[in-house]
Amino acid sequence: MNAPRRLPAKDVVIIGLGWTGSILANELTDEGLDVVAIERGPWRNTADDFAPNTVQDELRYRIRHELFLQPSQTTFTFRNRMNQSALPIRTWGAFMPPNGVGGGGVHWNAETWRFLPSDFVLKSHLTQRYGARFLPQDISIQDWGVTYAQLEPHYDRFEYLCGTSGTAGNLNGQIQAGGNPFEGPRSRPYPTPAQAQPFSHTLFAKAAREMGYKPFPQPSGNLSQAYTNPLGVRMGPCTYCGFCEWFGCANYSKASPQTTLLPVLVRKPNFSARDQCEVTRINVDASGKRATGVTFIDSSGVEWEQPAELVILSAYTIFNVQLLLLSGIGAPYDPQANKGVIGRNFTHQTISDVESFFDKSKFNFNPFIASGAIGMCIDEFNGDNFDHGPHGFVGGGYMGQVQTNGRPIESTPVPPGTPRWGGQWKQAVRDNYLSALKPGTGVHGSMYSYRDVYLDRDPTYQDRFGRPLIRITMDFHENEIKQNAFLTDRFAEVFQAMGAHTVNRKYRKGPYDITDYQTTHLCGGAIMGTDPGTSAINPYLQSWDVPNLFVMGASAFPQNAGYNPTGTLAALALWSAHAIRTRYLKNPGALLHA
Amino acid sequence: MPEGTTHALWRALITAGALLLSACVIAQGGDSDHFDDIQRGRYLTLAADCGACHTDPAGGRPFAGGRPVHTPFGTVVAANITPDAETGIGNWSDAQFEAAIRQGIRADGKRLYPAMPYPYFVTLTPDDVQAIHAYLKSVAPVHQHVATNRLPFPFRERIVMRVWNALYFDGSEFKPDHGKSDSWNRGAYLVQGAGHCGACHTPKGLLGGDKTQQSLHGDSQQGWFAPNITADAVRGIADWSSNDIVAYLKTGHNQFAAAAGPMAEVVTDSTAKLTEADLTAIATYLKDQPGTTAHHTALSAQDPAMVAGAAIYSDLCSACHKPDGSGVPYLIPNLVRSDSIASREPTSLLHVVLHGAQTAATGAEPTAPAMPGFGRQLNDAQVAAVVTYVRNSWGHAASAVAAADVRAARAKHE
Repeated sequence: MNAPRRLPAKDVVIIGLGWTGSILANELTDEGLDVVAIERGPWRNTADDFAPNTVQDELRYRIRHELFLQPSQTTFTFRNRMNQSALPIRTWGAFMPPNGVGGGGVHWNAETWRFLPSDFVLKSHLTQRYGARFLPQDISIQDWGVTYAQLEPHYDRFEYLCGTSGTAGNLNGQIQAGGNPFEGPRSRPYPTPAQAQPFSHTLFAKAAREMGYKPFPQPSGNLSQAYTNPLGVRMGPCTYCGFCEWFGCANYSKASPQTTLLPVLVRKPNFSARDQCEVTRINVDASGKRATGVTFIDSSGVEWEQPAELVILSAYTIFNVQLLLLSGIGAPYDPQANKGVIGRNFTHQTISDVESFFDKSKFNFNPFIASGAIGMCIDEFNGDNFDHGPHGFVGGGYMGQVQTNGRPIESTPVPPGTPRWGGQWKQAVRDNYLSALKPGTGVHGSMYSYRDVYLDRDPTYQDRFGRPLIRITMDFHENEIKQNAFLTDRFAEVFQAMGAHTVNRKYRKGPYDITDYQTTHLCGGAIMGTDPGTSAINPYLQSWDVPNLFVMGASAFPQNAGYNPTGTLAALALWSAHAIRTRYLKNPGALLHA
Repeated sequence: MPEGTTHALWRALITAGALLLSACVIAQGGDSDHFDDIQRGRYLTLAADCGACHTDPAGGRPFAGGRPVHTPFGTVVAANITPDAETGIGNWSDAQFEAAIRQGIRADGKRLYPAMPYPYFVTLTPDDVQAIHAYLKSVAPVHQHVATNRLPFPFRERIVMRVWNALYFDGSEFKPDHGKSDSWNRGAYLVQGAGHCGACHTPKGLLGGDKTQQSLHGDSQQGWFAPNITADAVRGIADWSSNDIVAYLKTGHNQFAAAAGPMAEVVTDSTAKLTEADLTAIATYLKDQPGTTAHHTALSAQDPAMVAGAAIYSDLCSACHKPDGSGVPYLIPNLVRSDSIASREPTSLLHVVLHGAQTAATGAEPTAPAMPGFGRQLNDAQVAAVVTYVRNSWGHAASAVAAADVRAARAKHE
């Protein structure tokens, strides 16, 4: 191939224009910098791509994965254990890699959680409370190097950018009725009140309350009312159509880069974007300590070099790790030697569900009245909100009736024992559609990090450019299986109390199944921390090795908590942007010396 | 004599002096390059939205021409008005420029077509025309030939314009109404002159001339209906406050409605860039334009089209526009208070329902929400029913729309 054509230098190049790329683009253009974002997928906006009369198409978007990366463009290989050979993933299962402008912010459900204060100091907290010997062998959890208190203003900014609907549970240390009493203190209420809850969600809350729990509405980026964000972008009230996850929102009511940031960003003369362009490498100078820009390939196969003073890596978790590995930035993780950092502490989530069936003459749930982040939840079994001592595991998750839809293909639960097709199946669907509940991700458990769960370069399989695919090595450990059994049982008890005649517990069991969807919350692989020996980036998300490279996203999480990650990764992006604006730009260089 | 008028008189005298002075400069072979003139000219160029036609929206250089203007008589292409000597207007004198702007006569003596809105620009003061010329002389010259006349016979013979002018062009200057406020008169001057609002909003006769008795009563243009913008209680904007009008022109949006189609372009290219004082002046003038529509009676809710329309509205429209038509302020238009619903002709409503529309994006209102088209989903009778329903609900009363109207609207769009 010829030498790449060189484009005029920019102040900043952003790799991937999803949530964190859009946030950084907005922050850094506000600083007056000339910013270009390079996005592998297509440009997408509400007006052209998400029409309310075509977007509610489960076959097109959910089953056929319209908004997602196509494995023919690039994929990963997978194996459970280190002694196995990994094989390429040819259709998505356990998670759905996003693609295109807006990234995962387009197709998410918009659950907008904050992590618990103890989640950010997990290792020291658990060690202090239970002793180091209580932790599973080979667990590699770490403290984050940033505290909840430091992130709070940035959580707040993100929620006000999105117009998040919710009920505060802790205002400046004062516990609030109706909110989550376990959450960290927030400096002000949610910008909009919680969404109205349909019947089944209300019933779950009532049963939970009677059992002594403190149910609260899930914080939602599907708005309860019209909202104008601080940038002047208008959002509309959610219409409860029940087509959030896998779909773009046509009503301007689900927070996404398209509905909060991009309308302002695209008007800025110092912002530009290239879609359908895939960054193949972050370039570094001869010293290896300074990024000089990126190389990308456009849809015609032409290779370009985009020089820049500052590089923001804000792709999806695995692609962040891939670009670091393929660019030779940071030491690749070696699980045998337990050395190196890139690919380390890769995690996902431990999800399970309970399907419950009620007497149809007494219960009509109208499950199609829903939104992606609707739901009534309890947080008694999340993080370290309960004493793990008697249970022999660590971690937890929120749980709740968070049913997001009553769509015809995937949300037609039938009781155990029903044939999977034919007349009896159809009759069972008819009999149960209105009176059965399927929360989907009812138990939203954490997954902690282990020495043998990681990402590296596959030795066999390559992408269309001849680069090694990323290999996922992941299995559930006993700690997570025990955690899930305990949580699923607690969850099922609430449905029994609601009056279900049949409760089908769908425990999460090992081995980790790459074909069964859990969530798209892949975390870690380029984690943050205060020790360059065990982290790829410092607490400001700045590469230890290349100080003019910042790595955004959930790849920074040292382990995953029992919540959806977007609120936290967005808060981290704003926290990092703040450090860049107030400190790095004044004196470019390492913000923290180890 | 009110104080404002005295000022206006003085201004006129000073202007006359300035004009004499600049005439002397030109006589000496120089150009007017006075900062004040150029900046006033730039502002008037925005108010007149010269760039809308004279800059090719497909990446053309400013004012280098090339945008086709489709008229009922054929296509005219906007000329290059940069100061390029050969292909632009670099050799034109101020007098020649004024003749083109105010009389529709080119430097070579040939007639312009009224796609160039000289019948409105005639009301511009010579002083303002000279300022526009001063500004245009300051922009970068672009060497670009533009074949402006693509009209079919007989219209391509520019001589026909003599007949047209005799019929429609009265060549009268702006006459201030001394009984009205300065703001009203400024508004009148902008609406009638530079803004050439009537070019779209005033109904046209057989040969495309204004029906002056129905000034600003609304007309169909380019597949849209430029609505009645008088204070007509039935069809116009009587229930919009001055602030609503200013917000609409400044940002493309107000609490009831949003600019889409050709008006979205007018807002983003022109009115959004005008001063609050001028927009308030425009609102003052418009709100003082009397309506003439006699009372209309809404169709009965039992009318079959209304029954069908109500059902379709409930299924497809009410989630966003709300069952009572009230919408979401600044995001989803309010069908009760929008100006485009009960208009004389349903052109805009049909356009939006069939093909969808995106609203204007401006600095103050960057969201630019859009509505999708339902033309593939609904047949002609269904579109007719829902449009008829919307035009006869929530206090509206307007003509029913027939399936044949929908068919014609579809055909016209292709």
